[in-house]
Amino acid sequence: MAATATSVQKPDFGTKRKHFIFTDEHEQLRESIRNFAIKELAPHAEEWEQTTFPDSVFARMGELGFLGLDKPEQYGGQGGDYYTALVLAEEITNGNSGGLAMGIAVHTDMAMPPILAFGSEEQKQEWVVPAIKGEKILCLGITEPDAGSDVKGIKTRAVKDGDDYIINGSKTYITNGHRADMIVLVTKTDSDAGYNGFTLFLVPMDAPGVIREKKLEKLGMHASDTALLAFQDVRVPASAVLGQVGKGFYHIMWELQGERLIGAAGMVSGAQKCFERTLQYAHERKAFGREIGKFQVIRHKFAEMATKIESARQMTYITAWRFNNGEYPVREISMSKLHASRVLCEVADECIQIHGGAGYMREYGVERVWRDARLNRIGAGTDEIMLDVIGRSYGL
Amino acid sequence: MIQPPFTEEHEELRASVRGFLDRELAPHAQAWEEERWFPDEVFGKLAAQGLLGLKYPAELGGQGGDYLHEAVLVEELARIGSGGTAAGIGAHTNIATPPIWKFGTADQHQRYLVPAIAGEKIGALGITEPGAGSDVAALRTRATPVDGGWVVNGEKTYITNGVRAHFIVTAVKTTEEGGHHGISFLIVDRGEGVTSAKLEKLGWHASDTATIAFEDAFVPAENLLGAEHEGFKQIMANFQWERLAMALGAVGAMALAWERTAEFARERTAFGRPLSKHQAIRHKLADLATSAYTARCVTYDALRRFVAGEEPLKEVTMAKLMTQRASFELMDACLQIHGGAGYMKEVWVERAARDSRLGPIGGGSDEIMREILGRVLAL
Repeated sequence: MAATATSVQKPDFGTKRKHFIFTDEHEQLRESIRNFAIKELAPHAEEWEQTTFPDSVFARMGELGFLGLDKPEQYGGQGGDYYTALVLAEEITNGNSGGLAMGIAVHTDMAMPPILAFGSEEQKQEWVVPAIKGEKILCLGITEPDAGSDVKGIKTRAVKDGDDYIINGSKTYITNGHRADMIVLVTKTDSDAGYNGFTLFLVPMDAPGVIREKKLEKLGMHASDTALLAFQDVRVPASAVLGQVGKGFYHIMWELQGERLIGAAGMVSGAQKCFERTLQYAHERKAFGREIGKFQVIRHKFAEMATKIESARQMTYITAWRFNNGEYPVREISMSKLHASRVLCEVADECIQIHGGAGYMREYGVERVWRDARLNRIGAGTDEIMLDVIGRSYGL
Repeated sequence: MIQPPFTEEHEELRASVRGFLDRELAPHAQAWEEERWFPDEVFGKLAAQGLLGLKYPAELGGQGGDYLHEAVLVEELARIGSGGTAAGIGAHTNIATPPIWKFGTADQHQRYLVPAIAGEKIGALGITEPGAGSDVAALRTRATPVDGGWVVNGEKTYITNGVRAHFIVTAVKTTEEGGHHGISFLIVDRGEGVTSAKLEKLGWHASDTATIAFEDAFVPAENLLGAEHEGFKQIMANFQWERLAMALGAVGAMALAWERTAEFARERTAFGRPLSKHQAIRHKLADLATSAYTARCVTYDALRRFVAGEEPLKEVTMAKLMTQRASFELMDACLQIHGGAGYMKEVWVERAARDSRLGPIGGGSDEIMREILGRVLAL
């Protein structure tokens, strides 16, 4: 057959193509967040690894409207769709700091959504409005020293005392735990009621009896502030209950879905950035007389990584599309989170390997991506919990 | 049953080495990691126990043993719980001093090996450069002949013990072209024209890893190690032992990590029962035990052949390739089993994961191991 215009069509590598879930407005937002991250965050990334990032980042992002992209306008948000939150998660990775991205995400995508979904008007005014402005910082308390994956096993108790509740217990691995003004706290209010015995509280961090214990040192995410917290006879009024008494377990499981999907988007983006940086290195670095990227083994490593990243990206986007269209796709969200976190870790690891000795050194920054990435297979539900959720969704 | 090639005698040595490391070094591992440095006195302590000269002859102050005795120490160094400390010790005993022993003159033995075995002089090996890692023949550090010796100019990087070393066994170009027949080994004393700068790393924090710059550093003629221009062969000669040592280190680290993680899994409860009673965790630990045992068998086989004088290039390369990746994967899985605690500095496993990640890069990367195997297997 003779060559025609269509049969000799050149491959289009799609660098300018956008996914159908995004509009031009999303792309403009993407660019403005990217510019902000590159100009105002990335230059400090190295320093913030030592000091943790400053609270002023919240204020600045509030000022720019980035903390309420998908939140209702009546509370100071931008009233955007779910995808705007995805765009934030993707572009904040240009700040080159997993710890910073996590601190922001805990505030916008973990602590705020349950208040908006289950909170009273008063609670929204008191916490969400200043949180969107970046004037108040929020955190979320689920995990305890003896209860991680097993949320049902938490021991923090809230006991009714007249019109108040008295809270006792401890929480650990709490992101923003030292800087936060308020914690969305998961407690047990009825230990005989099984899944119906949990209640969420909005507890001001300056309430008497809230003790910010040590700052926890971690493998990565050094720019984030991670706390061990103790609650000793903390008295809160009944108006501090978030949502329904006894329904806290369900409230928090709902919250985790949005968090996991947003997280997956950030992981895909982080993997992409690491890939690009390493691609540049492979073009520049020479060994045995040629660019290392020209060795077949290295070329294939990039091909593998690109394929993995693309699969995770499409999975995440399409799941977000379902979520945005009113489905509650727990199975697909769990799959996206599981897959994206593995892809990110594998990509970061391969990027270290491609960098060779340089990959192991701090100055090249890949080792930090690797350390930060590793949290994603543990936080917000471990791989094992994701596998359990997916497996159970088939009635197993 | 003691697994060959080790015998009763080696197991006695193992018990005593283990006791010493548990008692004298392990308690300081955390502090040394934080300080990004272990003290030089560690070498003195090891020397006092005879542990810096296990494989070296008695007349040089060694113990008169062989590579199997050394292998026991290398495997047990994992007990310190600090890959960086083990690396600093290993760089001295397994990569810096063997070329001096093998290719050195009696005078060089007296000047370097004897004080090294006594823990009085610390050694480093300088091969890698910013522009030459896996591609050793591409190194550019140049030794120019002058009256009475050479002047050396160039830069070395990722050098373990690079700041503290009293002498650096350095690979240099002694011809304009360099390459396979233009490289020589010089023993460079720290002194004028030799400056070091410390590097920060993903792991191995207690180890002193540095770039070393040579600026018109004078090296006397009597510090040429072995034959001039034949350094490439000498570099390669010790790679077999270095890689075996890395495999042995992984074997020791894997065994220890598995034991600790299994203990954690038996104690930690979630969903009303110990983690070890969850099938997914139990099976994961079963896989890890299999991987650790495989690593041991592959390594011991290569070691047995090496000690028997077989020059088992294929087996050593396979052992290095298999164990380094397996060790990291095991540490990563142990970290995962620890959950959130695994990500925290206060639990040993995050450090073990960081430390083990060097394995597939250092001492010849996985990619180089596969290249060697490709040649050995006539591909």
